[in-house]
Amino acid sequence: MAKDELAKEFKYIGTRPDRPDGFDKVTGKAKYGADVAAVGMLHGAVLRSPYAHARIKSINFEKAAKLDGVKAIVTRDDFPVGIDGDTLKLLENTIAGEFAYYDGHAIAAVAATSVHIAKEAINEIEVEYEVLPHVIDVDEAIKPEAPVVRENAGDFSVPEGCSPNVASYIEFGIGDINSGFDKADLVKSGRFKTEAAHQGYIEPHACMAQLDHDGQGEMWVCTQGHWYIRQMCASVLGLEASKLCVTPSEIGGGFGGKTTIFIEPLALALSKKSGGRPVKIVMSRAEVLRATGPTASASMDVKIGITKDGYLTSGLVEFRMQGGAFGGSPVSEALQCAFASYNMPAVHHIGYDILANRPRAAAYRAPGSPMAAFAVESLIDEICTDLNLDPIDVRLKNAVKEGDKSSYGPKFKKIGLIETLEATKDHPNYSISLGDNQGRGVAAGYWMNHGGETSVSVSLAEDGSVNVTVGTPDIGGSRASIALMTAETYGIPYNSVRVNIAETGALGFNEPTHGSRATLASGKAVYEAANQTISEMCKRVAKKWQIDPDAVLWDNGYAKPAGPNAGDFSPISIKQIASEMDQTGGPIAGHHEASIRGVGHSFGVHIADVEVDPETGRITVLRYLVAQDAGRAIHPSYVEGQFQGGAVQGIGWALNEEYVYGTDGCLQNAAFLDYRIPVASDLPNIDTVIVEVPNPDHPFGVRGVGETGIAPPLPALANAVAAATNVRLRSLPMSPAKVLKAIKTGSDGC
Amino acid sequence: MQYHSPSSFNEAVAISNSSSGLVKYLAGGTDVLVQLKIGTKSPDHLIDIKNIPGVREISLRDDGGYTIGAAVSGAQLTEHKELSKKWPGLVEGMELVGSAQIQSRATLVGNLCNGSPAADSVPGMIVAGASVSILNSSGTKDVLVEDIPSGPGSTSLENGELITAINLPKRKDYEGDAYLRFIPRTEMDIAVVGCAVNLSLENGVITSAKVVLGAVGPKVILAHSAADCLVGTKLDGNILSRFSAKCSQIAKPISDKRGSEEFRKDIIGVIAQRAAKKAYDRALGNN
Repeated sequence: MAKDELAKEFKYIGTRPDRPDGFDKVTGKAKYGADVAAVGMLHGAVLRSPYAHARIKSINFEKAAKLDGVKAIVTRDDFPVGIDGDTLKLLENTIAGEFAYYDGHAIAAVAATSVHIAKEAINEIEVEYEVLPHVIDVDEAIKPEAPVVRENAGDFSVPEGCSPNVASYIEFGIGDINSGFDKADLVKSGRFKTEAAHQGYIEPHACMAQLDHDGQGEMWVCTQGHWYIRQMCASVLGLEASKLCVTPSEIGGGFGGKTTIFIEPLALALSKKSGGRPVKIVMSRAEVLRATGPTASASMDVKIGITKDGYLTSGLVEFRMQGGAFGGSPVSEALQCAFASYNMPAVHHIGYDILANRPRAAAYRAPGSPMAAFAVESLIDEICTDLNLDPIDVRLKNAVKEGDKSSYGPKFKKIGLIETLEATKDHPNYSISLGDNQGRGVAAGYWMNHGGETSVSVSLAEDGSVNVTVGTPDIGGSRASIALMTAETYGIPYNSVRVNIAETGALGFNEPTHGSRATLASGKAVYEAANQTISEMCKRVAKKWQIDPDAVLWDNGYAKPAGPNAGDFSPISIKQIASEMDQTGGPIAGHHEASIRGVGHSFGVHIADVEVDPETGRITVLRYLVAQDAGRAIHPSYVEGQFQGGAVQGIGWALNEEYVYGTDGCLQNAAFLDYRIPVASDLPNIDTVIVEVPNPDHPFGVRGVGETGIAPPLPALANAVAAATNVRLRSLPMSPAKVLKAIKTGSDGC
Repeated sequence: MQYHSPSSFNEAVAISNSSSGLVKYLAGGTDVLVQLKIGTKSPDHLIDIKNIPGVREISLRDDGGYTIGAAVSGAQLTEHKELSKKWPGLVEGMELVGSAQIQSRATLVGNLCNGSPAADSVPGMIVAGASVSILNSSGTKDVLVEDIPSGPGSTSLENGELITAINLPKRKDYEGDAYLRFIPRTEMDIAVVGCAVNLSLENGVITSAKVVLGAVGPKVILAHSAADCLVGTKLDGNILSRFSAKCSQIAKPISDKRGSEEFRKDIIGVIAQRAAKKAYDRALGNN
């Protein structure tokens, strides 16, 4: 890929060294959430609702409490009262109060001297339920006569006459959509549906917590963001945040689902009640699937106008998204992403956040964007087919570029959608010929990315090596990329940098590793902090040389005179400066705290080739290409890994991942055996093209690459299936049964 | 729970008969240990048969058939070149169960005794005409594999009865078998439908056929009338579509999380047809 207008030559950035955490992870030494243990530790277990919706009439744990080894039992009675707003929703989801709102909702928790005793005690707790009517499907939940999930759940934004399950309403747009539709040669509309999908992280939630009566506590937890855990635990337990110290473990995947609390406050409450003994809780896979994650399910109407030569004139979307019993579906983000790739004269967006008796939606990789992409990019593909236009050309004609105002407001700075589209058009995958029952699909996707609250520190060790301390857990190789940026900033070898993920007491507040922000935000903050130490080193060398600090510059690991007028001095290495620190003024360290701005929007374009078995409806993915604008690939292997991982999760969502509920509203497939994420042999190699149009607001051009990649697969696969079968699936997942029915009857699955 | 590790089959049966409460035999453990872990079964006695001499051996009998010990793993079957050549359908059925790790433990007998109508190795054993040796307090008996499954999760075995081995008959020339299943993914799934076919040929004409359908009834279904329509043919003309329709008609599936009744009836015919073709090609090449 051609270098950019930053026109900078890098020594370390763009190379592919081993990740510092790699050895421990592949040899099993790395400590994950469940690997933590402490002297006197108790084991926790959680009693969960067997009903989708029920009033809890009584809880009797007398028998359970009498079991040998049971040290504490907590119910909602052990949590503070008088909490309201979002904190109350967090608490309600952590442990049920008057009502259980979904199958798997936590009712009580036990701490005992062994896992077996804790589980036995759970079975001895007697709960009297009054089963209430439930609703699961988003289109059912929005009906005015639907069973009411929670009374008075709607906020000020909800229009008159809506279903009581509508939690909030959102509407925005620009231009006159009707005149846009009038100018179109073709106006097409469609209804689309997507199922909820779980993040599917391999590591189940796990934590160990200790809390004393004076409100001082500690927690070790598998999370994407330990300051969030601290904040949320403190708020639902009524603790002072600074008294709780939270240390993150290594993390076996999160994808957004580990940015909130589930078992953590239960472990703290159990610890306090057992006299301050450490309590460990590890979720089973069934608990993970019943009670954590997923993202929202969606029902979406789209209408698009286009001229016969392929210019989009107008767009209208109405998205209805179900985010569980407490609201919080990513409908707003979905609307923002819907038309973000295109420069259209008029767009209008309507969104409903809807309640249902399902687990509370958590963030999942580019929250909302995949559903939006499925609806909009599928319909654009239908239009391209109707008008016999090339799908990449149509997207090129309408693609947003620098200076355009986006469909949801912000003006784009330098962005790389056009470059990304061109990269896919030129790629050999776009011209390989296809056989019988095979088809090719193209789709674009977008994520805005995020900066967020960030705090880091950098310190110089006495031998000239550098310690970097960040607060963003390393999920996808961020230690490696931060080390590369640090090495580049100082001009010292990659191996001379160690990146630590610190506990909450060591730094200011950090948002989680979410929003594709860790490399962008921690990277930018580390750059600033490192430059503070470089200034300090130059100052100390200037003092030694008895010249003005401005007359010393930093070059590739050495302090040097800025020019001939500064004097004739031999360069001094970072090693030497470090070895003399105690004589020159003491430790050298830098820190940076900011709400990081200057995010770089990232666009991606995918090409999927599939073969459909016309007799069984089974889809085989033959070839798959991801092209995406990374801004700058700090460590290209981990950028490719993010592209591939996003694509694979999107492929799973599109093909076979599905929540199967019984008529009783209980989840029937709470296991990876039947919640079918793709296995390795289901997938071809995921080809990648890293497009680099640097983010002008980042010192190294980083945009953030983690999320965009999950959006295009949903429509790309549906478009490929339509090309292979001449039948359009407008409902996900495209399971074999649904595809076979479509082939036989022409049904679109909705 | 008490764990026992007897050194003979007789000892195993004696422990079973003298123990009270729920008694489970343990071979590979790929079902039993999972059931223990998730709490669906809590046996009082667990009798591990893996340390009984010969239990992990595959032997060629004097009559030309094979005897497969009760704790022979899927991986052992796959690695047995002669057996895999003679009974590829049976071996490929077992090979579809689980992952490489599971394959190194899981057994044919375990798959049979677990009683799942979707068990991948059972249709292949039945079309092969396999029998099991059963030991109980009154002695040993030989029972056809097809008589073991009795419903979802249940078998015709009496309390204390232990399957010690599986017996395969001698393989003749111009015979071939195949097992195919349908899953939405490529592996690590439970069959939505499955079908095993075994054919014998003379001059390319099918002289006898056995067809067993899996996951489309409360237990495996012996599709005699579907098999009958293959006999006397070379799978030519519209035989295969008649066969396919017959299999769909015989299938009595339920709707569950893994597939609807309608979908299962649709695809059992497709899978059966493909299995028949594969078995036919193998029979032609097997001389």
